[in-house]
Amino acid sequence: MRIFMLEDLDRRILRHLQVDPAMGVPDLAAAVGLSPARVTRRLDRMRSDGVLRGSRIEIDWQALGYAVSVSLRITLDKTQPRAFDDFISAARDVPEVVEIQTFLGRVDVRLSLIARDLPDYQRIYRDAVLVLPHIADIEALMTVARVKSDATVPL
Amino acid sequence: MTLDETDRALLQALALDADQSTARLGQKLGLSQPAAWRRIRRLQQAGVIAARRLDLDLEKLGFGVTVFLGIKLATKGRVSLEDFERAVSGIPEVQTVDHVLGLYDYRLRVVARDLADFERVLRRRIMTLPGVGDVEANVLLSEERRRGPL
Repeated sequence: MRIFMLEDLDRRILRHLQVDPAMGVPDLAAAVGLSPARVTRRLDRMRSDGVLRGSRIEIDWQALGYAVSVSLRITLDKTQPRAFDDFISAARDVPEVVEIQTFLGRVDVRLSLIARDLPDYQRIYRDAVLVLPHIADIEALMTVARVKSDATVPL
Repeated sequence: MTLDETDRALLQALALDADQSTARLGQKLGLSQPAAWRRIRRLQQAGVIAARRLDLDLEKLGFGVTVFLGIKLATKGRVSLEDFERAVSGIPEVQTVDHVLGLYDYRLRVVARDLADFERVLRRRIMTLPGVGDVEANVLLSEERRRGPL
């Protein structure tokens, strides 16, 4: 992977954008003390190099009535050659799964699961999660609170 | 808040690309620009749109490693939770912190340049946090966001 050489100027622009991705070129230019044309050129370059891919919104599922959020840490039966592929493709069909991650470590796969309440969680867990293929072990961590979620990187 | 089909489609579109203009979004969904704008504002006010996040290619920026840490506190009590949370939230490499119930007390998402850099963050910043006990690390290999029950 070729690493993009960030110039100090790019770094400053990205720092502001990380805090507020909706910031327009005029505000960005004022914040970094440059002309809008130069800021536009830097942004265009970072986009064409694929460093800056865009932005997306984060949905607060609680506001939509999904009060329960659980992180399911799953160990797969690796004697099954297709364990990962089978498991992940089946997990994609569970609508309440909002995130699928794979790991190197004690945990193989993590699913972020949301549910309306505990009975709803129990139903999804029994009917949709435990039936997923090749599970060797499963642990649940229930989210009590989000302490930090800005998801920024130290540029 | 209850959503109709158009709200759902709007959320789905914005979860993929929040840079599109309301005019373009409206066009895709058969809404006028002001109607699309009003709906987005309503979703923001209801807190359904929690935040907007910049989508960066971390690998290209030199952050080659993302690690999830499970942390168990050695000492518990209200004060120690607050101390821990304050200290951990101040670490720049720590992207998210969740207080959880189960095998661990906290789940952290940490970015680093490489494994050596991660080791530095772990030793100098994480292991020195107040009250920190057991730590488990899992290196992220792949990640996909699903649209969820929309």
